[in-house]
Amino acid sequence: MGRAFLKKDLTGKERSQGRWVLPVFLVSGSVLSFAIPHFDLLDQYIQLILVYLGINIILALSLNLVNGYMGEFSVGHAGFMSAGAYIASFLTVKVFPAGALAWAFPAAVVAGGLGAGLLGLVVAIPSFRTRGDYLAIVTLAFVMIVKSALENIDSVGGARGFLGMDKLTTLPWTFFWTVATVWIIRNLIYSRYGRGVLSIREDEIASGLMGVNTRHVKLIAFVVSSFFAGVAGALFAHVLQFINPRMFDIIKSTDVLVMVYLGGIGSIAGSILGATAYTFLLEALRPLEIWRMVLMPLMLVLLMLFRPRGIMGLRELPWLEPAADRLSSPNGLNGLRNSRGANGFGGKRKDE
Amino acid sequence: MIYLIQQGLNALQLGSIYALIALGYTMVYGVLSLINFAHGDFFMVGAFLCFIVVTFMGIPFVPALLISMAGVAALGVAVERVAYKPLRSAPRVSAVITALGVGIFLENFTLALSPYPKHIPTIIANTSWSAGAVTVSSLQVVVVFLSVVLMLVLHFIVQHTKVGMAMRAISWDRNVAPLMGVPVNYVISVTFALGSGLGGAAGMMYAMAYPVIDPYMGIIVGWKAFISAVVGGIGNIRGAMVGGYILGGVEVLTTAFLPSTYRDFVSFSLLLVLLIFRPYGIYGRPRTEKV
Amino acid sequence: MTLLRASGITHFFGGLCAVTDFNLSLDRDELLGIIGPNGAGKTTLFNIITGVCRATRGSILFRDAEIVGKSPDRIVRMGIVRTFQNIRLFNELTVLDNIRVAHYGRVRYTPAEALLHAGRYREEERRIRRHSDELLALFRMGHLSGERAKNLPYGLQKRLEIARALATEPELLLLDEPAAGMNPREVDELMDFIRWTQREFGLTIILIEHQMRLVMGICRRIIALDFGATIADGTPQEIQTDPAVLEAYLGEKAVR
Ligand SMILES: Nc1ncnc2c1ncn2[C@@H]1O[C@H](COP(=O)(O)OP(=O)(O)OP(=O)(O)O)[C@@H](O)[C@H]1O
Ligand SMILES: [Mg+2]
Repeated sequence: MGRAFLKKDLTGKERSQGRWVLPVFLVSGSVLSFAIPHFDLLDQYIQLILVYLGINIILALSLNLVNGYMGEFSVGHAGFMSAGAYIASFLTVKVFPAGALAWAFPAAVVAGGLGAGLLGLVVAIPSFRTRGDYLAIVTLAFVMIVKSALENIDSVGGARGFLGMDKLTTLPWTFFWTVATVWIIRNLIYSRYGRGVLSIREDEIASGLMGVNTRHVKLIAFVVSSFFAGVAGALFAHVLQFINPRMFDIIKSTDVLVMVYLGGIGSIAGSILGATAYTFLLEALRPLEIWRMVLMPLMLVLLMLFRPRGIMGLRELPWLEPAADRLSSPNGLNGLRNSRGANGFGGKRKDE
Repeated sequence: MIYLIQQGLNALQLGSIYALIALGYTMVYGVLSLINFAHGDFFMVGAFLCFIVVTFMGIPFVPALLISMAGVAALGVAVERVAYKPLRSAPRVSAVITALGVGIFLENFTLALSPYPKHIPTIIANTSWSAGAVTVSSLQVVVVFLSVVLMLVLHFIVQHTKVGMAMRAISWDRNVAPLMGVPVNYVISVTFALGSGLGGAAGMMYAMAYPVIDPYMGIIVGWKAFISAVVGGIGNIRGAMVGGYILGGVEVLTTAFLPSTYRDFVSFSLLLVLLIFRPYGIYGRPRTEKV
Repeated sequence: MTLLRASGITHFFGGLCAVTDFNLSLDRDELLGIIGPNGAGKTTLFNIITGVCRATRGSILFRDAEIVGKSPDRIVRMGIVRTFQNIRLFNELTVLDNIRVAHYGRVRYTPAEALLHAGRYREEERRIRRHSDELLALFRMGHLSGERAKNLPYGLQKRLEIARALATEPELLLLDEPAAGMNPREVDELMDFIRWTQREFGLTIILIEHQMRLVMGICRRIIALDFGATIADGTPQEIQTDPAVLEAYLGEKAVR
């Protein structure tokens, strides 16, 4: 990724040049997502990878909201994902009438998301008290509890797992949910709540003292984050067509963490990049067999050593930002050097 | 009643192992404020080292234990030097993620070298003594006795040696300690050596008690030991020991009265309840931030 | 007219009494100085007023409404805001976003409108943006909007902190050692700046400061604290000659 694409280096004129990127991508993407499966443009296997890619982007971005943008450390994503997977699967297999699948699937995905979001509400509450490590512990316990609860619920198959789902997660649905996730999370970030989220990361106490209702902001961030984890779980269940509690143990959370911190914290582009790199590398390195699983964590460690915030950490591609949010005037330290009041409050007096 | 005593012995054995691992988490957290998520895998490496020296070299128990401990201690120090030290001034999560990466690396590296679960041969003669209806196995005696000895040694080092004092100084205030002439790097290495060494010992004992080992065995046991450390109050050595025995007790008791699939559910729910009432664990002290 | 009325404020940290029976009746448009040796309880007093810690005893009425026990963000919305003894900006955020964060309590749109960028979102965001730009221009920092706060030099960071506080549209501004780390020339400029800000924004100000020149120069009323207790309350002249104050500072920094 050339540095010229990054926000900091752009002037106002260059900024507006990228505006066609998003619409072109959306239109061609949705056309392709229908065309590819319909005309069999790509290998079945590659189509499957693309579906997983979409799911991974949803997971990475939604976790980034809490861990990267807000600076908390949640490892609970596997738990939210399993809630979404189980709720949606239960609905499509056991509740919804067999003929009604056209509306049943989106409804089931939303229900999975809502269920997960409700759990997110519960997990958000301990995050009010202290930050960081405490939340890591609570979410860790949460993942373990959800998993072992599922193992003991016989109506969803217990430890054996749950099956019977049709393969409803198609490429167009995946594309739709991925875009929806990116759009909504971006909207949230570029709003007062999103700026609240960022300020909590930077300095939670100062944030409250500047009028940010930190509890409210945390609740919203957690609920949105876990909602989309639930959506990802629902999609995942309906592509694999089989789920069991062990799929959603702490290792699953670790996978998502890797994607987030690989791509970069506090960046939508980073999460997309992280999920993409992770998904494709894992496939590309398949010939190495087990050694790829040795190589991946090694690369992560190296990346952390040389770029502790991830590839895109705290930076954004300009065309992912809302047009209104882009700075109209060129900026940078050049201006700073010319500032008269740079060393104190002297600039003010002449204004009186 | 007899059943309870019998279960109490089992709890002591399991709790000892949790406590030993929990100590490693807590010591590292104490000096670095880092959750060393690779520690569970250090434990696993200890079990595998034990397997290697016992099966291939036929080394008896005590030297095998020492080799496992030394090997894992060296691993811990090396990992700290290579992977954590450069990140001391980076955002704290970077180091946590690195630790996760190191852990996954160790798991998969071991898996690549040893694709199938391994069986540990009997290392110490398996005798058992009965008193009435209660049976005590030699293994239980060794595990509990050895753990207590190791913890006493650790206690002595931390409380009565110079390096132990330096550890406590760093854990009290990381910024001031170096100004007082505490050699931070050296102390951190010693901390990692001690913590990892105890993890290695735990790995060996676990392997003796549950003789089938695999590269992923450290994940769940590690997380649970971490939870014990939290229950006791992370960063607090006494807390880690107490937390380990509490978790061991809870687990053994739940399996005694409920189907074993409820074990994790009950222990983690209890943890959550405890954390709600005592957010900093049993011995932890809250850290307040000055404005 | 009384804006803030504190009565019997007392605060303990464990056994340490950081503030003892503090009473204050502050009128609108006053510029009150608080002085006292290190550890006298000045910052703790600000922490209590802004809701960071809850007073062990006592009550504070702001425009006749009780604020003890309210959360910091509620208190900000009521119109009290502060700066910090050690600068606490949102370091990785841009100058503009530092200002926009502080608009949080003054924005009228719901989470749903935020998620969809619909309804009042656009017009409100435009308003925040305009207001922030104006504020930055007024503070002569407009050209720095896109710079990350951590990259600013110390003096500008202090200025940004005040601008950020003003973005919450306060009535009462609490400044905690604004002159810390400044040389005499900068202190002069700061004095003018504080007077100007007070007039321009119609503020009531409470100011903690060690630099006597600044406090004596711009405050018409000063309260002196020592070990949590109020030892004097009066005009600069009264404070300068007050025996209790002189004693508190004896061996401390001499009165400059
Ligand atoms: N969070 C806290 N926990 C315990 N004690 C505290 C805390 N905050 C302040 N103190 C103590 O309360 C007393 C008053 O502190 P405070 O910060 O209010 O002093 P100050 O007047 O602002 O001093 P300075 O001029 O150095 O800023 C001090 O003895 C301090 O050590
Ligand atoms: Mg102070």
